[in-house]
Amino acid sequence: MTPPGAGAPSAAGVPPAAGTGAAAGAGPGPLERALRARRDAGRKLLVPYVTAGAVDDWVQVVRAVAAAGADAVEVGLPFSDPMIDGPTIQQASLTALRRGTTPQAALAELAGADVGVPLVVMTYYNLVFRAGERRFARTLADSGVAGAIVPDLPLEESAGWREEAGAAGVDTVLLVAPSTPDERARRICEACRGFVYGVGLMGVTGERSELAGTARQVARRLRAVTDLPVCVGVGVTTARQAAEICEDADGVVVGSALVRRLLDGGGPDAAAALVAGFRSAID
Amino acid sequence: MSDASGHGPGSGAAPPGAGRRAGVAVMGEPDARGRFGRFGGRYVPESLVPACAELEAAFRAAWADPAFHAELQGILTSYGGRPTPVTECRRLSAELGVRVLLKREDLAHTGSHKINNVVGQALLARRMGKSRLVAETGAGQHGVATATAAALFGMDCTVYMGEVDVERQALNVFRMELLGAEVRPVASGSRTLKDAVNEALRDWVATVGHTHYCLGSVMGPHPYPWMVRELQRVVGDEAREQCRQLLGGDPDVVVACVGGGSNAAGTFAGFADTSAELVGVEAAGGAAVRRGVPGVLHGMASLLLQDEAGQILEAQSISAGLDYPGIGPEHAHLADVGRARYDTAADDEVLAAFTLLARTEGIICAFESAHAVAWLVREAGRSVPSGSTVLVTLSGRGDKDVAQARELLR
Ligand SMILES: Cc1ncc(COP(=O)(O)O)c(C=O)c1O
Repeated sequence: MTPPGAGAPSAAGVPPAAGTGAAAGAGPGPLERALRARRDAGRKLLVPYVTAGAVDDWVQVVRAVAAAGADAVEVGLPFSDPMIDGPTIQQASLTALRRGTTPQAALAELAGADVGVPLVVMTYYNLVFRAGERRFARTLADSGVAGAIVPDLPLEESAGWREEAGAAGVDTVLLVAPSTPDERARRICEACRGFVYGVGLMGVTGERSELAGTARQVARRLRAVTDLPVCVGVGVTTARQAAEICEDADGVVVGSALVRRLLDGGGPDAAAALVAGFRSAID
Repeated sequence: MSDASGHGPGSGAAPPGAGRRAGVAVMGEPDARGRFGRFGGRYVPESLVPACAELEAAFRAAWADPAFHAELQGILTSYGGRPTPVTECRRLSAELGVRVLLKREDLAHTGSHKINNVVGQALLARRMGKSRLVAETGAGQHGVATATAAALFGMDCTVYMGEVDVERQALNVFRMELLGAEVRPVASGSRTLKDAVNEALRDWVATVGHTHYCLGSVMGPHPYPWMVRELQRVVGDEAREQCRQLLGGDPDVVVACVGGGSNAAGTFAGFADTSAELVGVEAAGGAAVRRGVPGVLHGMASLLLQDEAGQILEAQSISAGLDYPGIGPEHAHLADVGRARYDTAADDEVLAAFTLLARTEGIICAFESAHAVAWLVREAGRSVPSGSTVLVTLSGRGDKDVAQARELLR
């Protein structure tokens, strides 16, 4: 992370070069290797999401969900304007920011965490841009983070970031939505590393009592165009829904359902219990 | 815009798209990725990428279609009250020692320039087969304009408005409801315009199949900054022609207030290729050009008020319509290349100018528009030499602000 004007390339305000091609020469990193190995061994993938700084003991929560059966943990770096998030993760982000959480401090905490499964950072592009893409990628790598999800950085805007991330050994997970045409989904998958994130529904993150019909559809469509591990997230609320999605997907991402438990005061144990429930449902 | 498709029938003596000065072409079409220099782009979640692409295609097709221009112009004329006049301000000019002309967007239907953009977008929405409009609003003028267009075209309409603005612009909330729109107060973040945009985007992600996001300024992802500027260029194209008739030439200075920057962009578009100095006036508490740094928010790369980590800061202004921590990307670019300059007006200067214009010219303008007037009041005889001719775009009328002014002036 860099102070303003410290000379990181994009802090100077020059957005990355055009192009949608795959990051030059960057093959799969440790995230993709780990997830492919598990998937190929017949295991369904479970990726819980935790907002950094939402609760005091968030790092323990990360460890606890890893121990309870996660295959990777997604850590959200809070942003002031989380436009693709619903009320629960908005609340978690706001709480984390009020508690003074910065990307730098959160990553420093993660660096010493020894979680045992790959970590994937999710954040909005302005935090990456402000730090400078190269510097941000290196900070992730130095903190032991294996992947990054930047949901407001679509394929066309992502070439520069993917190149820097790839060079630092960080896999860039891209998203495919129910509205994405197949041909575009194919191009996204070519540029994507780690796993491909199938957006389960048209909408923001948050709990839903019913599983959207689009969740399994998007998984099937992705299966048809890529060999990457396919994980579906957004709206995955219950273990039962997760099991249903896993009929078609390689795994699921569980965000708001877990974060709500944290905001309600459930600590690492409650988080671990939830994840264990999902684990046994998809196994 | 290409020159061939850039101007529909009847757009008068307006010049082809790109202005040129000192070898720098400005205010033409952005590049293929929607960039104006280093700003702009399309930073949206994947779910919205197809909708932005669809909108771009629809706009390109419509803007090249004389039938679309004819229909738009017909509505703006017979319903919207265009062309709006240019008013020569004799008493204010005498007071300031410069010749002041006002482009009177306050006289357009619904009381501001916002109607120009909204009628165009509603027509586009209809072409795309969308039956619902969603919008953000700050002062409520864009919300009122969108609700108006929705009523006119028989569409559903939902307007997001920060709780702070719902309170300070209560009359506009009621207007929107009268027009049949649903107003949803936004309780997140700073509870102003920035948060209303977030919430409108969240709505759109979930409803994009049948809903068009009717964005109210020259901001957001490509094609909005370009499309909204083109829909607002009628302001500048008319004003240029009117100035030529009145003055026999172009004004020395052209001034407009800047929230996201749509009335300014529309005005500047008419004068980009003249020798007029272009000035955008932001609220002192939302000075994205002066105090912002490059960043990405609401789908665009632009200048933004933000902290060292990249968290967006809250703007502060007396005027809900300028209470925004960013600026449209084309303005950031115009500042970069030096074709326009951007300055600020403080709340107390704005109130004084609001009062001055009422007393000298009998015009009660919007607080937003009063920023442009306030800048001129301050700069006349300083950076604007005495004797200059100045066109000020008066973006809206002040009815919505009268209650607040009464409190503040008591
Ligand atoms: C009267 C008026 N002027 C100006 C603005 C600012 O918008 P823009 O900068 O896009 O013209 C608003 C926004 O609400 C407004 O109502």
